[in-house]
Parts: sequence; C-alpha cells; structure tokens
Amino acid sequence: MAGVNLLSDQGYRIDGRKPNELRRIQCKLGVFKQADGSAYIEQGNTKVLATVYGPHEIRGSRAKLLLDRVLVNCQYSMATFSTGERKRRPRGDRKSQEMTMHLKQTFDAAIMTNLYPRSQIDIFVEVLQSDGGNYCASVNAATLALIDAGIPMKDFVCACSASFVNDNPIADINYLEESSGGPELIVATLPKSDQIVFLEQNSRLHEDNLSKVIDLAVKSCKDVYTVLDQTVRDHVSELSNSHGWDH
Amino acid sequence: MRETPLSNCEREFIRKALGERKRLDGRQAYDYRTLKIAFGYDRGCCRVDLGQTRVLAQVSCEITSPKQQRPSDGVLFVNVELSPMASPVFEVGRMSDQGVEINRILERCLKESRCVDTESLCIIAGEKVWQIRVDVHVMNHDGNLIDCSSIAAITALAHFRRPDVTVDGTDVIVHTIEEKDPLPLSVHHMPICVSFSFYEQGKFLLVDPSDKEEKVMDGKMVIGMNKHREICSLQVTGQMLLLKDQVLRCSNIAVVKVTEITEWIQKALENDRQARSNGERFGFREAVVMDTVTTNQMNPEKLK
Repeated sequence: MAGVNLLSDQGYRIDGRKPNELRRIQCKLGVFKQADGSAYIEQGNTKVLATVYGPHEIRGSRAKLLLDRVLVNCQYSMATFSTGERKRRPRGDRKSQEMTMHLKQTFDAAIMTNLYPRSQIDIFVEVLQSDGGNYCASVNAATLALIDAGIPMKDFVCACSASFVNDNPIADINYLEESSGGPELIVATLPKSDQIVFLEQNSRLHEDNLSKVIDLAVKSCKDVYTVLDQTVRDHVSELSNSHGWDH
Repeated sequence: MRETPLSNCEREFIRKALGERKRLDGRQAYDYRTLKIAFGYDRGCCRVDLGQTRVLAQVSCEITSPKQQRPSDGVLFVNVELSPMASPVFEVGRMSDQGVEINRILERCLKESRCVDTESLCIIAGEKVWQIRVDVHVMNHDGNLIDCSSIAAITALAHFRRPDVTVDGTDVIVHTIEEKDPLPLSVHHMPICVSFSFYEQGKFLLVDPSDKEEKVMDGKMVIGMNKHREICSLQVTGQMLLLKDQVLRCSNIAVVKVTEITEWIQKALENDRQARSNGERFGFREAVVMDTVTTNQMNPEKLK
C-alpha cells in the first residue's frame, strides 16, 4: 500500500481524524434476553457482539475444572460476511484460535476468578464487521457484557490500538492504516491503575519510539473507559427508572 | 499424557531462591544458557541447542502460484511441530494452544517484519513464485521454546540456498546445483525473540527461563527484535499486570541480548561457510563432540 499518505501535512489522517483521536464509539448493554450478559459495540466501522453465560457448572469435560478459581472459556469468531472477501471459516483458523487465547488470557487476569471456584464463565465474541482493531473492540464488548452479567472484575478492561506514522504516534487505527505495513501496537489496560493486562505489537517499530506509542495507547484506553463508563451508568439508571427505583 | 505438576515444595523452593537472586542452574537473572548452533549437511538445515532445549529447523522451497492479492510476492510459510519426542505432554495430531502460540509468534516475527524479501521470490508475476517453507521441529523441551525456535528459524533461512531459475518466455527452467550455483535468500534483518518470565507480580524477571522456571512463572513477555533495535513483535502472555516501565526495561535488556545472539549466529554461519569452501568436513556429525568414554576395553572378534 505504498504511496498512500497516512498522515497529511496538516496533521490529519485518512479518515479525517487527528493523530490522537478515536473513532466514534457507540455501545449498548443487554441486547439479548437469554444470555446472562450481552453487549454490542461499534468502534467506527468495526462492529462486535459479545455474550456472557455464567458462572455456571463446568460443561463438557470435568478435567478442565479448577479447584481454586473459575474457568474462563472464550470463543472468538468472525462472521463470514465481516471482511471484504467472504471468510470460509468463522472460527478455528490459527488467527481466531490466537484471538481466543488472548481474550481468555486478558479476562483471566481481570475477572476476580477466585470468587467462583469449580465453575465456568463463557464469553462469546462475534465480529460482525471488521475494520481494524478487532481485538480491541472484542475486549471492550466483552467487558460490557461481563458488567451486564454482573461478574466482579478488578476494573473495566479497555483496549486500544496505536501505530506510528511519520514520527507521530496515532491512536485507534482502522483497517487501511493497519494493512499499510506500519507497526501495530495493541494494549489492554485496567484504566484506573494504568496496569497493562495485554500487550502485543506487530511489524517493525524502533525501540526508541516504543515508549511514545505505549503512552498514547494507554491514554486512548482511558478515553475508551470514559465512554464505556458513561454507557454503563446510563444503562443502570435507565434500568432503575423502568423498575421505579429511587436513586 | 497429562503434564506432571510441579510439587508445592519445589515451587516454593524456586520462588524462594529467586527472592535471593538465585537460579536453579546458577545463572544470573539476565543470562542465557549456552547456545550452540550446528548446521546439517544440506543447506537450510540448522539445529540450535539452548541448554537442554533442542530445536531443528529445515527450510525448503517449491514453486507455487502466488496469492491473488499479492501476485508478485513469494510466500513464506512457517510451521512448528511439537512432537511427543520433545516432551510427553505434546500429543500427535491436533495442535495444542502452546503450539499455536509459538507458531503465531514466529509467523508474526518472520513474516510481518518482512525480514525475507518476498518480492525477489517471484518468478513470473501472477503465475509462479517460490514458496519458502520453514519447518521447526522441537526435539527436546526444556523451557524457552520460542527463543530457541526463532534463532533456529532465522539461522536456517540465512543458511538456505534456493536453486537458480531461468525464465524463457513462459517456460521456467530450474537449474540443478551442478548447472548453476544456488542463490541465498535476501534476508534484510534477523529478528530474534527474547523471552522474559515474571515472578511475584512482576517484581522479579528472568531471561531465558528453563522448563521448571516456566512452570512457576506468573507470565511471560516475548520481544522479537533485530540488531537495529527495531521491535518486530512483542507479546505478553499469562495472567499478570504490568506497568509501562517494566516493558521498557525488558526492551532495553532485549537490545543487549539480541546483539549478542546475532553476532553468535553470524559467527556460526561464517564458520560453516569456511568449512564448506575449504573442503573440510561439515554437517551434524562434525558438530557432535565425543568427550565421553563409551568403553574402556574392546575385545577384537576372533576370526573363524
């Protein structure tokens, strides 16, 4: 994708954003009735649905049972119509398997797993439309779904990606910026303490610039947090109003 | 077979020793185990020993049709094989989570950093390109498979020679080694993975964890870097919470380690090149050091 100018001389990106500007985030909690928790999120054109079941008894093989904490079971899948070219397998390929592992790892660290020994929590994530930052949107959606399910966590988990173009770090990259060959850094944090739960980087980034890019990504996670937090508050007050509770 | 768990006693022992800045094998926290690189008789075959961990990488090539989106690019394919030979935990057939993890890290490290120039692997655009396949076989598992595999893979790629081809219209002639000298791949840079394991919520960190140290750790961070100090892949696994400073500290250590390892690889490649050009003996057999006494006495068999 050489020749595409990712950052104009005026300092604007391809889709008209400033370097540290996120895409518009719209989200909704409690989109399904059967699931214990569910959420839908749109980050720009990336759209993700997440559902949470549990905590419930261990399903499937008892060998997976953990005596001291809950088993977090994740499944990441991408709808066949989510990408430009129709996908053959929605899940089970190596990339999805990797994503599943990363989600499991992230939420294992963030959920208060010691509260539900011998049980299981299922997190199902479905990417409906993919436009870069699939992992980030998945984590944010799953966080909301877990909150909707009322599962205790240490904090929100907020994820955001960042890249580095023309000596400038840029936040929340879309598909075009992702596929242009520049570095891609994905961070998931607990925003209150700025602790990093998950960190991944692809393509080449000079070591000197690492600090700048992480800083921007961590800051963007905080921005994501503000939006998610507001959504949760709105959702709860809406619920309590409909039940006629005083608050 | 299920993994034998580490006993609580042993776990505590390792933790306590780490608290006193001691490791089981007497290394310092940032030391690597002894690294040995040996090459096979054929080009593109490389065996790397990192302490007791042993990995074999074999590079091969074939002519295939390119991907539709990239008609003028060759293909690099990475495959990691965890056979039960390495550890009874590994099962035949379906790839375990660990296998997928190692495979993806290597793939990201080698492919997405574009260390091998894939454009030079094009024979006829849109029709024929070289597919370079790196098979990484883990032969013995004693911790830190990722580092060992990444060293083996990139060394094998640098060691590999592909046959020369001549294009005549739409005909492609692949020359044998006797006709034309085979060509090396153009390797732009050498990304090498360095693993760090964390203990006590990131209070202690070790470079190149052994198998037992890996069983005790809270989590692991893998940094793939080349000698130009460019980070090619970075990944944190395990359930732990990190701060930014810890990440930066690791990347600083990685710079030093990568420089050392790259020099070592270059030296090994140079030694092998000299042995080959001087007509000395080379291959795995030469790399085996027989410094053990196998028998004290040998009785000649009687002639009948």
